[in-house]
Amino acid sequence: MSGAGQSPPAPPSPTDALFRPVMAALLSYWLRQPLQLLTLVLGLALATALWSGVQAINAEARASYARAAAVLGQDQRDSLVPTVTGGGVDLTDFVRLRRAGWRVAPVIEGELPPDIGRLSVLGVDYLSLPPPDATAGEAQGVIPGEEAAPTYERAFAAPETLATLAPTARAALPPLAPSDMLPPGLLLTDISVAQRLLGRPGAIDRLIVLEPPAVWAPPLETLAPGLRRVAAGSALDGAQTGGVGRLADSFHLNLTAFGLLAFAVGLFIVHGAIGLAMEQRRGVFRTLRALGVPLATLIAALLVELLALALVAGLLGVAMGYGVAATLLPDVSATLEGLYGARIAGGLSFRPVWWLGGLAVALLGTLIAAAGALAQVVRLPVLAPARPRAWAMASRGGHRVQALAGLGLLAGAAATARWGAGVLAPLAGDQPGRLLAGFSLLAMLLLGAALLLPTLLGAGLSLGHRLTRWLAPGPLREWFWADTRQQLPGLSLALMALLLALAANIGVGTMVSSFRQTFTAYLDQRLAAELYVTARSDAEARAIAGWLAGRADAVLPLWRAEGRVATPAGPRAATIYGITDHATYRRNWPVLTALPDAWDRVADGTGAMVNEQLWRQDGIGPGDALNIGGAPLAVVGVYSDFGNLEGQVLISPPPLRARYPGAEGRRLVVRAPADAVAGLTARLRQRFALPPAALIDQAALKARSLRIFEQTFTVTAALNALTLSVAAFAIFTSLLTLSQMRLPQLAPVWAMGLTRRKLAMLELGRSVLLAVATFLLALPLGLLLAWVLLAVVNVAAFGWRLPMQLFPADWAILLALAVVAALLAAAIPVRRLARTPPTTFLQVFAHER
Amino acid sequence: MLLEGRDITKAHGTGEGRVEVLRGVDLAMRPGESVALTGESGSGKSTLLHILAALEPADSGHVSLGGQDLGKLDDRGRAALRRRDIGLVFQQFNLIPSLSVADNLAFQARLAGRHEPHRIAALAERLGLTSTLSRYPEQLSGGQQQRVAIGRAIAARPRLLLADEPTGNLDEASADGVLELMRELVAETGAGFLMVTHSERLARRLDRRLRLHAGRLA
Repeated sequence: MSGAGQSPPAPPSPTDALFRPVMAALLSYWLRQPLQLLTLVLGLALATALWSGVQAINAEARASYARAAAVLGQDQRDSLVPTVTGGGVDLTDFVRLRRAGWRVAPVIEGELPPDIGRLSVLGVDYLSLPPPDATAGEAQGVIPGEEAAPTYERAFAAPETLATLAPTARAALPPLAPSDMLPPGLLLTDISVAQRLLGRPGAIDRLIVLEPPAVWAPPLETLAPGLRRVAAGSALDGAQTGGVGRLADSFHLNLTAFGLLAFAVGLFIVHGAIGLAMEQRRGVFRTLRALGVPLATLIAALLVELLALALVAGLLGVAMGYGVAATLLPDVSATLEGLYGARIAGGLSFRPVWWLGGLAVALLGTLIAAAGALAQVVRLPVLAPARPRAWAMASRGGHRVQALAGLGLLAGAAATARWGAGVLAPLAGDQPGRLLAGFSLLAMLLLGAALLLPTLLGAGLSLGHRLTRWLAPGPLREWFWADTRQQLPGLSLALMALLLALAANIGVGTMVSSFRQTFTAYLDQRLAAELYVTARSDAEARAIAGWLAGRADAVLPLWRAEGRVATPAGPRAATIYGITDHATYRRNWPVLTALPDAWDRVADGTGAMVNEQLWRQDGIGPGDALNIGGAPLAVVGVYSDFGNLEGQVLISPPPLRARYPGAEGRRLVVRAPADAVAGLTARLRQRFALPPAALIDQAALKARSLRIFEQTFTVTAALNALTLSVAAFAIFTSLLTLSQMRLPQLAPVWAMGLTRRKLAMLELGRSVLLAVATFLLALPLGLLLAWVLLAVVNVAAFGWRLPMQLFPADWAILLALAVVAALLAAAIPVRRLARTPPTTFLQVFAHER
Repeated sequence: MLLEGRDITKAHGTGEGRVEVLRGVDLAMRPGESVALTGESGSGKSTLLHILAALEPADSGHVSLGGQDLGKLDDRGRAALRRRDIGLVFQQFNLIPSLSVADNLAFQARLAGRHEPHRIAALAERLGLTSTLSRYPEQLSGGQQQRVAIGRAIAARPRLLLADEPTGNLDEASADGVLELMRELVAETGAGFLMVTHSERLARRLDRRLRLHAGRLA
């Protein structure tokens, strides 16, 4: 051995020579703590799974919408549509436009009768607008050569659509060919075939403008005054498209909010696991620093370690997210189609947008969850006490800061509820501003309540302790309360996660149940008539009405026109209905507010009823004068109108027809004895050769509406259950890790004569107590959440408000679930405690020498 | 001179709670010299050791190791000095619990870029740890853990070995064994050795004894 004086001067350590042993020392911790590693990775993976699963669904849906919008380049081309809804494009107008130099292509759209299949049909003129495969490699609009001729006999659909077609449906359709360019649920065919399939020979719904008209071409107003030009992007369904898009966007926004909530719950787990790992390695950090590891190297190594773990967990989470999305997508697909008419593919693609996003969120989430712990390491003096302070035993000051932050957020929530929409609406636009205010309110409420939770639970446990001392004193009972309170800091993160999950369950559950109950009552009111008939023309409607006159109790023609009403914010598109005065409306219509003689004034043509969208969003209410079709009419009442986004007005038929001469009168509302409906329907179908879709009986319509409703909330229920599972996992991991640190606290009690079994039972009781206490705090929070969803977010997103109803039976079930989750989470740690060998307890005393 | 300290002062706390721990300490050590630092509890022994180990700075005064002024080093410089030139042995051993005995022994040598596997093997044999190399610290007795800590410090070939109550957790026989081992190892490497101890008996076995009283060397 050589002395210091003789030893050659040490070369400076290369960075990697320093980094590698530090990294090895850090990573070796996880090899010795596999359960903790599993907790961290699984927690992050679960959080990522829910987030990326929801994003995968959204990405799939958006891709489907984009495909739908891009069919035949419609997203880039203007359309010419009738100024009056239901009127259709006159063939002479089409011919006149073509002759005048307008390059336009006729289009017909519609739904196939259900007996063929649930398909939308888009019929185009293949000559001027070739189908997808015929246009490959060619400029749009070029007439294909002879070799493409057979194409014109074919219909095209997406492969997944073709796969779902029944043989009977195939038999009713022309030869089919697959096309990847089409959205699911759409059949593209030549216009003549489409007219035949839809039973509308010669009909044209709109014209697509293929090229700008020649400069010398006369203007549209001169050539075809019955048509108006609609800008590209809103062509698929005229005025409805924007509404569908916004509704579907709201649905996706809700899904995203749920995904974010689940991710936040998952982050609590990650935060806890990382915090524990950091805390337990404080001694190692001190030793590393004392042995000459610079702080920057230590932090860099910790970051590399965390990001490597996050990457592994993120990949696992993305894979799990794919599973979640694949499971939920059929329900989401059915919901979007049923509610909003938006079709999305049933299959799931592995799109970079969501799996890369999932990974990024996992990495970012880990850094957020670890930020506090890393900051502690940065501040850690080299000579910090090597003994790990009890994990998460945050100082009293820390708790106070946390509680104050919670109170601040709740105050912010109150301020947002009062002034948020007023401040944000001018900045972000009216509806986005109000939605933003609603979601900000939700976020502040949830986070504020979560931060306050430890303080509130601590106060509750103190009260319990005092009451026990006063009412039923006993050393064991008192120790139980005091010890539970001491465990609180270590469990607080998991309990916060549970609070969020429970509150979300209560809030969303209350909203859904309120929705269901109100919706059922609403259907009973709105669908009071036994049969609804839609004729192919006004003349046919009159003939049907004549035939029904002696066979039904009442036949009420329903007139309809698309128009504009003047609102304080400017003209707004609205559907104007002309209703025939009858007890059906007077007794059943869901009126929210009305003048005393409202129905009389509607009947005599001097009054109008508006739906709540016009009332809530545009401020039009009873007593106002509403300009409809160029002439004012007094608003005499407001009725609820769920599921609709557009404005709607009810007036008497004469003023409707006076204002809108082209209003259609193809619909009939038929009152008949319930037992006569089936026979009447069959005879009507036979007598007038009506397609099945033209006759809708009340029971079938209600059943369909309720089925769509239930489908909608299947996804919500699944996400609710998953979020609760993540929270249960958080409790499990916290209890498990705490149980490893509990021995020094339990050993003295054991030594004083308490059996291990008794100790285990007390641990179980503690879990249940904390779960119940958290539930009691989650209940008001959840109800507040429901109120925000119903009275703020819903109104901002859809324009209608639901009355909030309470469902105590649901709460009882949720409480039972919370207790079961706590018992399950505590089972393994408690079992481990009950089987702890006495020698392990004795080691506690040995180590304290 | 290997280690030199002049007029070192250090105080903890502020205002009325301010306690002057060191009030102008002067000391010097030659290479190969072993020195015991004794004194009653609270006399400032550990604080002085921490300052000499570049773990914390003095409030005033001058400390140099091998001619390098510790006061002029930043955190990175102090870390490099500890890594390459100083071996530290703590009363609580401060081993890395997740690393095996073999990895703990080699750890600081690897940090210092002086990892010599044969030397680690020889040290392990010398320390009587050969049969425990694959074990983890928690599976060792207190005496064994302290021997691992000594081996870790010596394996990096430090110029100065600093030990803070290294035998405080050991019985008398183990303490004698550990001290003897440290003396032999530093004698072989030519390193300076400064040991903080409460034990007058152990202090007498080193070359020189310094007694700290009320923040000053008596």
